[in-house]
Amino acid sequence: MALLELRDVSKNFGAIQALDKVSFDIEPGQAVGLMGDNGAGKSTLVKIMAGNFPASSGEIRLDGEHVQFHKPVEARAKGIEVVYQDLALCDNLTAAANVFLGRELKRRLGPLKVLDYAAMYARAAELFAELKSETRPRDLVRSMSGGQRQAVAIARTRLANSKLVLMDEPTAAISVRQVAEVLDLIRRLTAQGIAVLLISHRMPDVFSVCDRIVVVRRGRKVADKAIADSSPEEVTGLITGAIELA
Amino acid sequence: MTQQVSLQEIATQRESGALQKLAGRQPFWVTVSVVGICIVMSMVSEAFATGENFFNITRNFAFIGIMALGMTAVIITAGIDLSVGSIMGLVGIVTGLVLNAGFPLWVGISAGLLTALACGAVNGVLIAYLQLSPFVVTLGMLSIARSLALVISNNKMIYQFGPDEELFFALGGGTTFGIAHPVIVLIVLTLLFGFIFNFTAWGRHVFAIGGNEQAARLTGVPVDMIKVTVYMASALMAGVAAILIIGWLGAVTNALGMTYELRVIASSVIGGANLMGGQGSAYGAMIGAALIEVIRNSLLLAGVDPYWQGAFVGLFIILAVLLERVRGKRSG
Repeated sequence: MALLELRDVSKNFGAIQALDKVSFDIEPGQAVGLMGDNGAGKSTLVKIMAGNFPASSGEIRLDGEHVQFHKPVEARAKGIEVVYQDLALCDNLTAAANVFLGRELKRRLGPLKVLDYAAMYARAAELFAELKSETRPRDLVRSMSGGQRQAVAIARTRLANSKLVLMDEPTAAISVRQVAEVLDLIRRLTAQGIAVLLISHRMPDVFSVCDRIVVVRRGRKVADKAIADSSPEEVTGLITGAIELA
Repeated sequence: MTQQVSLQEIATQRESGALQKLAGRQPFWVTVSVVGICIVMSMVSEAFATGENFFNITRNFAFIGIMALGMTAVIITAGIDLSVGSIMGLVGIVTGLVLNAGFPLWVGISAGLLTALACGAVNGVLIAYLQLSPFVVTLGMLSIARSLALVISNNKMIYQFGPDEELFFALGGGTTFGIAHPVIVLIVLTLLFGFIFNFTAWGRHVFAIGGNEQAARLTGVPVDMIKVTVYMASALMAGVAAILIIGWLGAVTNALGMTYELRVIASSVIGGANLMGGQGSAYGAMIGAALIEVIRNSLLLAGVDPYWQGAFVGLFIILAVLLERVRGKRSG
């Protein structure tokens, strides 16, 4: 059974139809590339899945169960995590503090509940080791490389028992070497049975890590096929509209 | 296998030595300055290193220091609270009038502190939920609270505080073990704020908001609620300082706390709070207030024309920001 099913999901902002009856499935452990030109509806789709706003019509099923999210926290509670384009990191805090931001571990101290630094450092170190990243939990994010920052943002998604990680342009603004690091991180997530939806403009990234590709144009899904059955040339055609449908 | 071992090492490695860490922090250098000035002054002036002068210095900066604690919380969220001086004045008048009317001390203090919390809540709600600029909102509150103090006091001085007057005066003007009460309150509150900043989720979230508000929001931090509480904390500290300072002064007028906001902000900034947000400490707020008072006191004892005080304090404010910039460049 599919992990996440989208059925005829539409979204309109006033008179603007941002999404028009988009349907697709994501299987557990699958990496799906979501591609499309600026304004094609990629971000709207991700925001609906992440719980930033609900769809105007259509249905989303998670593990066969109908879901509707109004807040990002609700989507997260159901196992959908997001790595935002700008990573949503606080430069002035440590890597561990960023990983646990909004869900800090606490321990009892008499009648009080205080931050459990030791447990958070230890868990963050475990997560970074799992991701094979050379990121130190006590370092400030300010002093980190792009790849390390990515690792912090991705480690955050591994805190809870997440099933699906939505990644919005994770390789948009980093160096070539760091891109390779991020792609490795994505492979490690899928190897652990976590589904990844990769939103990207970069054709090589999508073709190197994804199993399937979904292309949207002007709010409609125009392609949904296995990577092996497609080619960068075809996808480019689909994105620009040179190819109508595939 | 070897790779795993090295990763383990990296993960558990400390960032840097304790001494190096200390030297990278502004409150450390402010402390060095305070101690340095004290050493020089005790050699230059016989009147400086006396118990009496020390008592005066600590009591004088206690009120500003208490307010700087709340201000530091606000500044860490990248906000500013210009209304603390006026809130101090309003709380002073409210407390004074309630006690003057013959109510017991706890009623007067409660009325004063609730007034402070209400002012802070108005600031916070306008800033967090209506997303108005903190500068403008608190500038408005500066004017409103001062005007309310004028209205309800009818521009009269209050110097009689009802049945609990003695207790009230002892609260702010008394001493325990030779230490002025406001100083004890400052120390306790500094420890409390230090604890809250470092060991509670609220404190962590205050820093997160100053670091990247959008990120804090996306990760589920209750940003708006925390902003409201931060402005309430700042107002509450102004209220506490007001109640203590009347006990010491023995009278209150509606001019109480006028222009204090500038000294309070200066203390926070000298103590390492960054107006861009994300940085600051409770100890910094206290030591920042101490530095200003030590400079003031030293100039006085050294016989420098008191008109020069503002120039020296201003110099230190700018130096503090300059130091911050230099350190920021080196680490960034």
